[in-house]
Amino acid sequence: MKRCDKMVEVGRRQFLRGGVIAAAAIPVVGMSATQAKAATNGALLEYPSSRLGNVKDLKVNEPMDVAYPDADAPGVLLKLGKAVEGGAGPEGDIVGFTTVCPHKGFPLSYNAESRTMNCPGHYSVFDCEAGGQQTWGQATQNLPQYMLRVDDKGDIYAEGVDELLYGRLSNVL
Amino acid sequence: MAFKRNVDRLPIIPADAKKHNVTCHYCIVGCGYNAYTWPVNRQGGTAPNENALGVDLSKQQPADSTAWYAPSMYNIVKQDGKDVHLVIKPDAECSVNSGLGSIRGARMAENRRSDKMGTQQQRLEEPMIWRYGTWQPTSWDDALDLVARVTARVIDKDNEDDLFVSMFDHGGSAGGYENTWGTGKLYFQSMKVKHCRIHNRPAYNSEVHSTRDMGVDELNYAYEDYTLTDTIFLIGANPLETQTNLFLNHMVPGMRNGAKVVVVDPRHTVTINACRVEAGKDNVLHLSIKSGTDLALFNTLFTYIADQGWVDKDFIANSTFQGDIAQTLDEGHPAALGSFDAARAECKLSLAEGAAICDVAEADIVKAAEWIAKPKDDGSRRKCVTAYEKGIIWGNDNYRTIGALVNIALATGNIGREGGGVCRLGGHQEGYFRPSDAHVGRPAPYIDQLLIAGKGKVHHIWANDHYKTTLNASVFKREYNRRTNMVKEAMDARAGATREELIDAIVGAIEAGGLFSVNVDIIHSQIGQAAHVILPAVESGEMNLTSMNGERRMRLVEKYMDGPGSSKPDCLIAAGLAQHLERVLRAEGRNEYADQFKGYDWKTEEDAFMDGYHAANPEVTYDRLRAMGNNGVQEPVTGFADGKLIGTKRLYTDGKFTRHGREDGKALFCAGAWRGLQAAGKAAQRDSYKFLINNGRSNINWQNWFLDKDNDFVADRFPYPYLQINPEDMGELGLKAGDLVEVYNDVGATQAMVYPEPTAKRSETFMLFGAPSGTQGNVINAGVNELILPNYKQTWANIRKISDAPASVRAMSFKSWDYVGS
Repeated sequence: MKRCDKMVEVGRRQFLRGGVIAAAAIPVVGMSATQAKAATNGALLEYPSSRLGNVKDLKVNEPMDVAYPDADAPGVLLKLGKAVEGGAGPEGDIVGFTTVCPHKGFPLSYNAESRTMNCPGHYSVFDCEAGGQQTWGQATQNLPQYMLRVDDKGDIYAEGVDELLYGRLSNVL
Repeated sequence: MAFKRNVDRLPIIPADAKKHNVTCHYCIVGCGYNAYTWPVNRQGGTAPNENALGVDLSKQQPADSTAWYAPSMYNIVKQDGKDVHLVIKPDAECSVNSGLGSIRGARMAENRRSDKMGTQQQRLEEPMIWRYGTWQPTSWDDALDLVARVTARVIDKDNEDDLFVSMFDHGGSAGGYENTWGTGKLYFQSMKVKHCRIHNRPAYNSEVHSTRDMGVDELNYAYEDYTLTDTIFLIGANPLETQTNLFLNHMVPGMRNGAKVVVVDPRHTVTINACRVEAGKDNVLHLSIKSGTDLALFNTLFTYIADQGWVDKDFIANSTFQGDIAQTLDEGHPAALGSFDAARAECKLSLAEGAAICDVAEADIVKAAEWIAKPKDDGSRRKCVTAYEKGIIWGNDNYRTIGALVNIALATGNIGREGGGVCRLGGHQEGYFRPSDAHVGRPAPYIDQLLIAGKGKVHHIWANDHYKTTLNASVFKREYNRRTNMVKEAMDARAGATREELIDAIVGAIEAGGLFSVNVDIIHSQIGQAAHVILPAVESGEMNLTSMNGERRMRLVEKYMDGPGSSKPDCLIAAGLAQHLERVLRAEGRNEYADQFKGYDWKTEEDAFMDGYHAANPEVTYDRLRAMGNNGVQEPVTGFADGKLIGTKRLYTDGKFTRHGREDGKALFCAGAWRGLQAAGKAAQRDSYKFLINNGRSNINWQNWFLDKDNDFVADRFPYPYLQINPEDMGELGLKAGDLVEVYNDVGATQAMVYPEPTAKRSETFMLFGAPSGTQGNVINAGVNELILPNYKQTWANIRKISDAPASVRAMSFKSWDYVGS
C-alpha cells in the first residue's frame, strides 16, 4: 500500500494549502453535578458558515482545494460550466465535495475529462455532475456534498454537508 | 439528485457494548465483521476510555481507520425483545478482509429489520395462508397443519414423486449447515424426494460435475495463494465486483508482488481495468474470446503447453491416472475421463484452429500459455492459480469446459501447492450438510420443465425465486401462475369451509392440474405471489449460523438480534413440518410412514447443528467455533488441540485426489473435444438475433438483492436493470442513456435501461441478471447440458425502444465505471 500512503500525504498537503480555517461550533453539553437536567441540544448539528472562495476565483473544470467544516476536512470547489442539481451561483454550476473517500478515507483526485472524483485506494468513481453519485465503487454512501450559498459579492459559503464525512462520527468535531 | 441520507452524526459505541462475531452472509468471500449492540438509551463518549474503539473520537480519523463507521453500518434493532443500537463494522483482524468492507457487507446493519428506523419493512413476520382472496396472517400450527395435510395427500411411503421441492443448498444468508441439514433431513432422510432443485438452477445437481469426477474438489486452495503465485488466471469471473475483498485483499497484493494476470472474458470489466492499474498494462492479458468458445481456448492452451513440454511430468506420473480411459462417455458423463495422453489426443486443437474459433490472436494464446506454464529461466516451474465462475459454469458445454480448464492445472501440477489451485470463485458461501442425494439420479430431473409440463402436485419452496432467476422464465411464470391460480380459485370458492372441506377442494384442484405452492422465505418473493402458504424465516444474525467461504473457512455468526415477528430458522421450520407430517400420517393410520418423521425434537439451531454437521465432525462445536472468532478454521477440520480447532490450509498437498471416490487417489483428465454451442437452440438463436445478451451480476446488485430492492441507496443507483451497449449500436437503434428498451427473442421478452458502454463490442450487450424490475431469464431459452446445467450466458435477442428515460434516472450517472488515475 506504499503508493496509497503517499496519496494520503498528498491529500493532506493539498487541503493545508487550501488554508481555510473555519471555527467549528461544538455543541457543549452542560451538566451540573447535582442536577440531572438534560442540556438542550439542537436536533441538527450547527454547521459553520465558512467562506470558501469567490466565484471569480473559479475557472470552469478546474478544482479548487478547500476545507470544510474545519481544516481537517479537505474538500474541493468546482465550477462545472453547466447547471446541475445542487449547484450554486448565478449559473447554478458551482458544487463542493469532500475529497476523502467515504469507503476507507483515501484522498480522491479529480479527473477533469470525466468530471469525476476517483479513488486510488479501491477504484471508486463519484460523479461530480450527478450530486456525487457513486458511479461505481465500494462506498456505501454517495460523496458528501456541501450545501453552498453565494452572496451578492460572489462569495461562496458552505453551510452544511449532506452525508457523514469519513473518519468522524460527527461532521462537526 | 443522488440519494443522500443527511445523517451527520452517529451514536458512539460505548466501551461496554456487546461484541459479536459476524461473517458477512452475502457472498462467498465471507468477510469478518463485528456486531456491537448496546441499550437504546445509552451512548459512548469521544474520550478513548468512553468508547469501544479506544481512540479519541473528537479528532478526524485517518484512512483505513478502525474507528469509523458509516451510517449504513448503523441501525436500531430488537435484541431479546428490547431495542438496542447496532453497529456492524468490518473486522481488521480477520484475514479474509483485513478491515475492508464491500458496498454490500458494509450495509448489513442498514439492511436489518427495524421498526424504529423503518428499514426492511418487507420482511415476513407471521405465517400466512391464502384466504378470502389474499394472504392472511395465522399461527405456525395452523399453517403447518395445512401444509402437512395437503402434502400427506400426495405422498406415500413408496412414491413421493408428486412432491416437488426447490431448496437452497448454500451457506450464508439464511442457509448454512443448520438449515441445509434441517431441510436435507426432511427431504432426503425422512423422505426420498427425487423431484427437487437448487436455488440457482433447475435441477438438483453439481455446478461442477467434471472437476469432481476428475477427483478435484472445486474449492481446493487458500486465499493466500493469490499472494504467492506467479500468474492469476481468471475465467468467466469478475472478482472485483462479485468477490470484492478477495480481489482487493488477496489478488491485488499478489499483483503488487509481481503476479501477471490472464483474464478470459468476452467483455471488458472493472476487474480488468483494476488489474491493469495494479499490475501494469503489460502484465495483464485480456483474452476477449467469442462468447461460448472457452472450451476451444482451453483445449488449445492444453495442446500447446503439452507440445512445448511445459508440463509437470512427475506430478502427472505420480498423481494422475495411468492408462487410457477410466470413465467412458455415457449418459451421466458428457466426456470420457482418463489419462493425460488420452485427453491430449481427444482435446487436440492447433493454435490456428483455436484462434479462429475464439476470435483471438494466436500470439495472445501463446502469451497466455507462457504466463500459465512456461518454466522460468532457471528451470523452476511457474506457479499459477486458476479461478473460474459463472461465465463458464452458466456457459456453453459446462462439463467439458470446466474439465478442460482443470486439465491445464493438472498438467502443470498446479493443484495442492502454494500459489496454485483451480477453484470456483463462488457465489453464496457454502454450508452443505445433507444425507445422500444419490436417489435423485444423474442426470437429475429438469424440475422447471416438469412443472411447466403439468407435473407435480405440491411444491415446497425454500428461499428460491424462480420468477426472477430461472431460465425460460417467461414460460415458467405463465404456467406456474396458471396452475397455482387453479388452487387459489378453489380455496376462494370454499371460504369459510371446514379444514377437511378446504383440503378436499385443494386436492380437487391439484388433481385437475393445479399446483399447491408453499413458500418459505424471509420476504414475500415474486414466486411467493403464487403461494398458498407463506412461512417466515430468519437469516444470519437473527440466528446462530455456520458456513464456510471460498477457501473453506468455517465461522459461526453469533445471533445478535431477534428475527421479525414469529419468524424462525429454516431448520426449525423443517422440524415443525416433519412433526406435523408425523402427526397427520399417524392420524391417518399410516404409522410406518409416520415413524420416518421422528427425530426432530430440536429446540434451537444449535440442536440441528449437533444432529447434523457435528455428528459427522465431532470436533466441531459452537463453543469451539465461537472461540476461533472471525478467522474460524479451514475445513476439513482434523483435530482439536491447545484450545483450537485444527484445519486444512489447502487440499491435495499429498498429491492424492479423492473427490471422485476412486480408491487409487489418482486424478483423471477430461477427454472432451470442442463441439460448438452444445445446448439446444443456442446456435439457431445466435444466427437469428442481432445482439448477444450476455448477463450477470454487479458490485451493487449481488447476493443481497432480495433485501436491496427495499434499500434507497441501491434503488437510487439502478432503479432498473441496466443493459450495457456500445454507443454506436445505441445510435443505430435511436437510443439515449437511460431509455427503456424491450429485449425480445424466440422465447420471451424483458425490459432494461440503456447504459452506454464504449468498451462493449458492437452487438455484444450485457444485461444485469436477477433484477426484480426486468427478468433477464425471460429471454434465456430452456437449453441445458446433458446434466441439466443451464446455459444463461449464450443468449441472443433483438432490442427495441419502449420509452424515453423515466424521471427516476434522468439525473443518474451514466459515466464509465473504470477508475482512471490522474
